[in-house]
Amino acid sequence: MEDPADSSTPLHPSARIMARNARVGLILFFVYLVLYGGFMLLNAFAPQVMGTPTFVGGANLALVYGVGLIAAALLLALLYMFLCRAVSSDAALDAAAAAPRSESR
Amino acid sequence: MPIVVFLLFVSSVLGLSFYLGSKTRSAKGYYAAHGQIHWFVNGVAFAGDYLSAASFLGICGMIALYGYDGFLYSIGYLAGWIVALLVVAEPLKRLGRYTFADALDSRFHSRGIKLTAAISTLVVSVFYLIPQMVGAGALVKPLLGLEHYQGVLIVGAVVTMIVVTAGMVSTSWVQFIKGSLLVVFCTVLTVLILRRGFVADHAHEESASGLGGVSYYPFEENVPFPPGISEITADGVWNFNELKPTGGWSDLPFHRFAQADGRIVTFQLAARLPPPVADMPVTPIESLGYSGTAHVMTTKPDGSVLLDGLPYSATSDPNSRKLLFVGSIHSLPGNQSSTGPLGPISFFTTLADSTIVQWSSKKVDEADGSKTVVYYPRLTKGSDLLVPGASPTFKGVRSEKLADKLDFLSLMLALFCGTASLPHILIRYYTVRDESAARKSTVVGIAVIGFFYVLTLYMGFGAMVSGTLSLTDPQGNMAAPLLAKSFNPLLFALISAIAFTTVLGTVAGLILAASGAVAHDLMENFLKIKMNDHEKVRAGKIVAVVVGVVAMVLGILFKQMNVSFLVGWAFNVAASANLPALVMLLFWRGTTKQGITASIAVGMVASVAWILLSGKVYADVYGLDPKTAWMPFSQPGLVTIPLSFVVLVIVSLMTQRTGTAEAVARQRGTTA
Repeated sequence: MEDPADSSTPLHPSARIMARNARVGLILFFVYLVLYGGFMLLNAFAPQVMGTPTFVGGANLALVYGVGLIAAALLLALLYMFLCRAVSSDAALDAAAAAPRSESR
Repeated sequence: MPIVVFLLFVSSVLGLSFYLGSKTRSAKGYYAAHGQIHWFVNGVAFAGDYLSAASFLGICGMIALYGYDGFLYSIGYLAGWIVALLVVAEPLKRLGRYTFADALDSRFHSRGIKLTAAISTLVVSVFYLIPQMVGAGALVKPLLGLEHYQGVLIVGAVVTMIVVTAGMVSTSWVQFIKGSLLVVFCTVLTVLILRRGFVADHAHEESASGLGGVSYYPFEENVPFPPGISEITADGVWNFNELKPTGGWSDLPFHRFAQADGRIVTFQLAARLPPPVADMPVTPIESLGYSGTAHVMTTKPDGSVLLDGLPYSATSDPNSRKLLFVGSIHSLPGNQSSTGPLGPISFFTTLADSTIVQWSSKKVDEADGSKTVVYYPRLTKGSDLLVPGASPTFKGVRSEKLADKLDFLSLMLALFCGTASLPHILIRYYTVRDESAARKSTVVGIAVIGFFYVLTLYMGFGAMVSGTLSLTDPQGNMAAPLLAKSFNPLLFALISAIAFTTVLGTVAGLILAASGAVAHDLMENFLKIKMNDHEKVRAGKIVAVVVGVVAMVLGILFKQMNVSFLVGWAFNVAASANLPALVMLLFWRGTTKQGITASIAVGMVASVAWILLSGKVYADVYGLDPKTAWMPFSQPGLVTIPLSFVVLVIVSLMTQRTGTAEAVARQRGTTA
């Protein structure tokens, strides 16, 4: 049983994929954190802004931003799924690249 | 007819559940559905699990009563999924077997972690069970004419039966069916709402009959006083035979008079007296009237109930008065009578320019010992209800006090962090094959849940103005089903049946999570009780019965609270106890077993203690003055989540030599 997070041994290709997936996940997470945090801070400290009409048919900012947060969650989730798949197809290349190296050692 | 549809629906879901359950034998089958659920089914089942009574009934009810504020819960609940998907889903799937404690403990094999993680799973599950049970009670009341406690008992019994006979396979399928039906029928309801558009009070004021023939109370304006009630005295002072404001009435802004038939009319505003004219000392009586008629429910000391001074009955006895529904549009933009079909955006812009009739209530202690509740209307600008801050829960955003703003931020933080720490959501990651399937099913879940939450806006605001809100449902938990009733009794039966199975499904998932925590984590791993597969399943089932009974009792005790609010607390506790441990385990190599144990324990105890000492519990559960509460605001997350992180880091740093995964591995390596 090897520990994937244990870097004292050379990274197994699958561990590298996991690390990349985790990194992609964290980046997207911070993107959403900024969007969500912005919404909450705006609500808490400038609530009057939420009533202003927007370009979306005159619906107010509260509705557009709120529904936008839901849409953003879905978009980020799809993006993540797509990026992870890209990473796992890299994995085949990584594994191929890693194989001769480990043999030569 | 509705009851037939309801029973048919519920029994077919149960039948399916038993059929699937009969195929489950092993522990892996019972707790994790053999890891064989297809990712798409699991994704919709995520939605089924998540769109609980709180999401469906609570959010719609809160929007119906207070507007946009309910939607803040939708936003927070959905945002939590981003944390679940992007941060914890994959590692959790990789690390665990059946339960959240498995994953936390996978590197350390520490009994301390097993114990605290199992207890926190239990506590969170029970906290989350309370609102589901309260929602169940609210549902059966109008549908089957049963009392709240009877509803709670029925749901508790049925669910416990499901869990005991079935396990995770059937729970997953029940959630899948329910999740899809919920979204389909709520879409139908939303389309109907948009096609109907809005109708102003004055369009059906004469008949006082609302949309779909349901009678409701409009906002009454300038109703002429009956003859003999009002008079203009010789010196030009206008007078009507007002009842003396005795007892609790003395400080209230209401006026009352008795009609000839014994009805007591209560109103807030008298028409302004025309300016006295010298050559016309007597003003014609017809030009005087009253507005904003309130309705008064009085319970006499002998137990009899009067509505507006006349005998009241909840049944359809023609000799007694009934309390009608409320919630309508007083005036539409441009004084139209009705709007006709509306688009998804013009629905909101029209609402913003309308005047909405909202109802509140006040308790009055009468001089003769009777207990009275006054229900009274007030006019609100639609645009005020389309921004945050109209509800008691979120009024903090409009307040100048920092503590109120922090309360709001605290709840939103807890919702954001809570989803990824809910035990019944986490166990669903073990029902699919691998990390990729876990990912895909989460994306499906986010799509379904996000779509549903957008629908809650239309259903909530639709219920607000369709004359279908019940005055005896002060938390609005019945808003969505009653709105469906105004379109079609069949739709009402279907939506109620789905909501009911929603409760069943979510409760089943929670009881299963709790039973896993006790049987697998506590008994097998912590107490080291040796059990074979069969005994393990049996132990889980016994625990399920116990948890079910506890949930029923709490569901009866907490019936006065809005289910969304209760769920908010469950999220606070989950996020404070579980999330720091989970996140740090995945992202900080210095995390030690002592750090994890301390963080879960502190997060759980601190958040529960904070809630029990908060103003909200003081007021709603203990009946004490909320100002005397110890805590500055009611939502603990903003303090207890960081606290739990800090505890984890400090304790981990103090125990680096013995507690890290490496140290544990080394130790095991040398002793083996």
